[in-house]
Amino acid sequence: METKILWLLPLSPLVAFALIVLFTNRNRALSHTLAILSVVLSWAGSMFVFWRALQVGAEHLAEEPFHEVVDWLPIGDGFFRLGVQLDPLAAIVLFFVAWTIVMIFIYSVGYHNFGQPEGDHDEKGLPPHGATVVDEHGHKHKVPSIEPMYSRFFAFVSLFAFGMYLLVVSDNLLTLFAGWEIMGLCSFLLIGFWFKKPSARDAAIKAFMTTRVGDVFMLLGIAYLYTQVGSLRYADIFNPETLHHLATHPAPVLGMSAAGLIGLLLFIGTVGKSAQWPLHVWLPDAMEGPTPVSAMIHAATMVSAGVYLAIRIFPLLAAAGHESAFTSPMPIIAFIGAFTALFAATIAVAQNDIKRVLAYSTISQLGYMVAAVGIGAYVAAAFHLVTHAFFKALLFLGSGSVIHGMEHGVLHTGQHIDPQDMYNMGGLRRRMPITFWTFLIGGFALSGFPVVTAGFWSKDEILSEAFGLGHMGVFWTLAIAAFLTAFYTMRQITLTFLGRPRTEAAAHAHETPPTMTGPLMVLAVFAVAFGWLGVPEHFPVLGGLLPSWFQEWVGATFHGLIPEHGELTFSYFPLTVSLVVALGGLFVGWLVYRGVQRADQPDPLEKVLGPVYGVLENKYYFDELYSYLLVKPAYWFAAVFAFRWMDRTVIDGILHTVAHLSWRLGHFLRNRIDLPIVNGFGDAVAEGTKGAGRLLRVVQSGRVQHYMLMALVNAVALLALVYYFVIRS
Amino acid sequence: MNLPLLSLIIFLPIVAGTVMLLWPSASRDTIRRLALVTATITFLLSAWLYVRYDFVAGGYQFVEKYPWLPDLGISYHVGVDGLSAPLILLTGVVIFTGTLVSWNIDRPREFFGLLYILATGVFGVFAALDLFTLFFMYEVAVFPMYLLIVIWGWEKTREYAGMKLTLYLLVGSVLALVGGLAMVFAARENLGYLTFDLLELEKAGLSVGFQKFWFPIVFFGFAVLGGIFPVHNWSPDGHVAAPTAVSMFHAGVLMKLGAFAALRVGVMLMPEGAKFHLPWIILLTLVNVVYGAFIASVQQDFKYVIGFSSVSHMGLVIMGIATLNHDGLLGSGVQMFSHGVMTALFFAVVGMVYDRTHTRHIPSLGGMMKKLPWAGVAFIIAGLTSMGMPGFSGFIAEFPIFMGVWRYKPWIAIVAAISIVVTASYVLRVAHKVFFGPLPEEFKDIPDINIFDRVALVTLVFFLVAIGVFPHIMVPWIESGVNYVLTILGGA
Repeated sequence: METKILWLLPLSPLVAFALIVLFTNRNRALSHTLAILSVVLSWAGSMFVFWRALQVGAEHLAEEPFHEVVDWLPIGDGFFRLGVQLDPLAAIVLFFVAWTIVMIFIYSVGYHNFGQPEGDHDEKGLPPHGATVVDEHGHKHKVPSIEPMYSRFFAFVSLFAFGMYLLVVSDNLLTLFAGWEIMGLCSFLLIGFWFKKPSARDAAIKAFMTTRVGDVFMLLGIAYLYTQVGSLRYADIFNPETLHHLATHPAPVLGMSAAGLIGLLLFIGTVGKSAQWPLHVWLPDAMEGPTPVSAMIHAATMVSAGVYLAIRIFPLLAAAGHESAFTSPMPIIAFIGAFTALFAATIAVAQNDIKRVLAYSTISQLGYMVAAVGIGAYVAAAFHLVTHAFFKALLFLGSGSVIHGMEHGVLHTGQHIDPQDMYNMGGLRRRMPITFWTFLIGGFALSGFPVVTAGFWSKDEILSEAFGLGHMGVFWTLAIAAFLTAFYTMRQITLTFLGRPRTEAAAHAHETPPTMTGPLMVLAVFAVAFGWLGVPEHFPVLGGLLPSWFQEWVGATFHGLIPEHGELTFSYFPLTVSLVVALGGLFVGWLVYRGVQRADQPDPLEKVLGPVYGVLENKYYFDELYSYLLVKPAYWFAAVFAFRWMDRTVIDGILHTVAHLSWRLGHFLRNRIDLPIVNGFGDAVAEGTKGAGRLLRVVQSGRVQHYMLMALVNAVALLALVYYFVIRS
Repeated sequence: MNLPLLSLIIFLPIVAGTVMLLWPSASRDTIRRLALVTATITFLLSAWLYVRYDFVAGGYQFVEKYPWLPDLGISYHVGVDGLSAPLILLTGVVIFTGTLVSWNIDRPREFFGLLYILATGVFGVFAALDLFTLFFMYEVAVFPMYLLIVIWGWEKTREYAGMKLTLYLLVGSVLALVGGLAMVFAARENLGYLTFDLLELEKAGLSVGFQKFWFPIVFFGFAVLGGIFPVHNWSPDGHVAAPTAVSMFHAGVLMKLGAFAALRVGVMLMPEGAKFHLPWIILLTLVNVVYGAFIASVQQDFKYVIGFSSVSHMGLVIMGIATLNHDGLLGSGVQMFSHGVMTALFFAVVGMVYDRTHTRHIPSLGGMMKKLPWAGVAFIIAGLTSMGMPGFSGFIAEFPIFMGVWRYKPWIAIVAAISIVVTASYVLRVAHKVFFGPLPEEFKDIPDINIFDRVALVTLVFFLVAIGVFPHIMVPWIESGVNYVLTILGGA
């Protein structure tokens, strides 16, 4: 029963995608009904399976996951078997994926202005510009208009949901990769959804290409793994003998064991998909897509998939780190994660676009998870993955709601301002109270506001594990990043919601419809309550009141596969640090930005930081750097070296030279040999014959007398010769 | 086996082609209908043959053997195995769709006549089990190509490209022929009699020294047609100059002919030579793969992009063969079919766009998604296949190739993987500009594609998706063929 439902989870959105594309794309209501129905079905199925998993219990589920296979790709001696599986880790991921996806789908109905009139001059491929309506008094109003490609949007996000469900329920790396790639494709389609905007087109290509770089390494990792193990099923890879074999077998490069290199290659896939440095550049640009897509990519599906993979292959990484004869990939992972967490947080401080702040915050928070995997705290990574998915989905949808409200104000007042620039906002808490309160909850969760928010519990767990396991560098890096996180979050909240409106449009902003605020409220509940599932046992006062259910649940997944470290001793130090940075950051953020009065005012930090601020604002010039270091040389290599020089000059040159020489040889033979000698000889023979004929012609007169005379002369001559040669001698 | 199914497939096109050429009073429509009927029957027969091939039993099936020049050991000997059955199907698919997209061609009598003579040659090479039959059919396939390009091709380069292509291929086939004759005579020493039969030559036990010397000559002679670096240059020029259906045939089927013959005659008859020369051949194909992809990424001409992408993908095919291991060969087998269908689809779409806009200059194009939505979706599907997206046949082909190459030398797989990224970049660039970019004013009124074009696109897309989602409709066939090759490689 459970396994049959597992099959249906990805299939249901896929069917919705197919039906919308093939049949209902002209009927908007039917399209969104189909899409939402399909994900609600998947959601219900997920909840049922999750409930069944709870009944079975973590340890039992880890021993015997819900599992079923069918034959798919025949390689080697047998078929490659395609299967679905649910272990405790997959169950918990399924839980947040199902909830966030349903919320995002419902929200999209309101976000794309369902029920509003068609735009005056909207066209496919551009965001709606608004419509003019005439009320009963004859007054003209400018109101938001419906998205021209409404049905197409729901088709694409359904496909996206299919990719994520496929990835989560997969029992092997190959179908995981298939889901992974389908999501890559969907991110391309959806980031470039408004394809007539050149910036959206470029962002879509950039996102696809950058993640593709990671994907290629991941594919190589999968290929390597397959050549070593002969199977890609988790059950075959993650068992003690195989792991031992991989960990003791040297890889061809880098002084790593096979497990280490495979782990590293797969991890590069995570770097691409979860936008870790140095492949982070695509994610901020991906904000070009509609906001529900941002929530989809940054919370519910794609970037979470990257971290999910890193946690999924954790036994492999741990095994690789265990054998001291080989280089361990773990420090690399910890470094990339911690560095990204800090690096992205500093950029987020200097962004003015409300969605871009969140984008960099996503990169930074993903860095926390990756760093947690790198130091061996995979349970903490999974915990932060789940809480982050909830509060980041909430924040993105909240920012979309803000932008929507601002656009309403812009249409109403006719002011030409950027509705996403936080400096144009201010005072929105009165105009949009639900959005404000839910955004505040999400923001506090992101900052790790103590005790009540989920973000606090998950972030604190990463910090205390880093401290407890002795990774002080990681600990301090993440602590500073946490301070910056709280700071830029409060900057965002203060600039957007507090104070007084700084523009006309902000003063006329409008709360969004219930289809948008409803999902915000649901997600806000999770952004608070989910943390209580993971209160550590030794936490002062609260510890032990609630069982630390999460740790036991996810921790059971790899039981017996990884070397257990002993119980960490509780220390007040990391707890104090995490309290100080969270509250301190929030307070400083409020202090600095509460005084911003005008939309064109320079950022208060600019004075303090000077030129550094410019560097942050320009994201450390990574886009420019990559352009000079990678894109331009690659283009030069292709266009100048390979094509113009090698292909057209050298190879074709040789060919043309050969052709030319043959032609010259032909000419030579014709003009120097053929004509003068061969032809000349033939001609000479002919000419000679002709000349002889001409000479002899005179004797051929046709008269008998001449012939008789000639016969006589010849006879006399003959006789004379006979006499001279024969008779005389 | 009463019905000589294989011979029927081989000779039906040439008979129909000859009838067309010799029936001067037939109207344009009569010719076109005759062409369509022939193509459809050929397609159905090839599909029937494919389905009927018993991959569990494996080996050569549908075998027919008649003496031809018995004194010289030459016979008409044909049969299919697991590797050639998909290629027979591929030829059927391409002839069917190529006919559909050429519905409005000028001078259909000569065009279809020559095209079908070419088709017979192609079928013949894939089915040949006799070296002489193989060479004979090979020349039958190459010769009409020249006329098709020079008469119906793009005015600017058709004479140059036609000549270039013909010269390259003839030089290649001369090399291969010399090597083939050398094998036949060397085999006579061992066997005691003269034979051109491939199955007997396999068992002739050619000496290792002989194989080392002659293998590169034979292999390279055929690999020219497979587009191996540095003798690949005829192919993009030829593709661009050729009319749509000929490009489809050319890149879709003809290049496979080279790879297939290089495997069948080169590797399978001289396995020791193959093992000895493997290292540098695989390096050449590595150049193909990466270099072709990079060049494709900077082309301004729509058709050159696809042309160079074929160079890159054919590099993968030959690379897979050159690994001489199970995974590599299996991937190559699938890639031959997958790339054939995919490239045919690409060229069909390019042709549809060009017929309406009269330009292939990418920066001048745009907005085709709106005007030609079927072609646009088809292009995207072909593009996804070419970048190895799971769910399409390209992934089923490339994944085993990369695994095979990794087994041979990991660093080669890593370098070759660059091409996956570059492929994605040029596919997206073209898709975004040509299909999603702004629609230029002058193309506002171009007509959508007709029903024939749609049937062709749907047929081609069907195979890409079907194999991607249900690989077991093709992989077992190829697996059985590969196992036979592996027994030869292991046993020699």
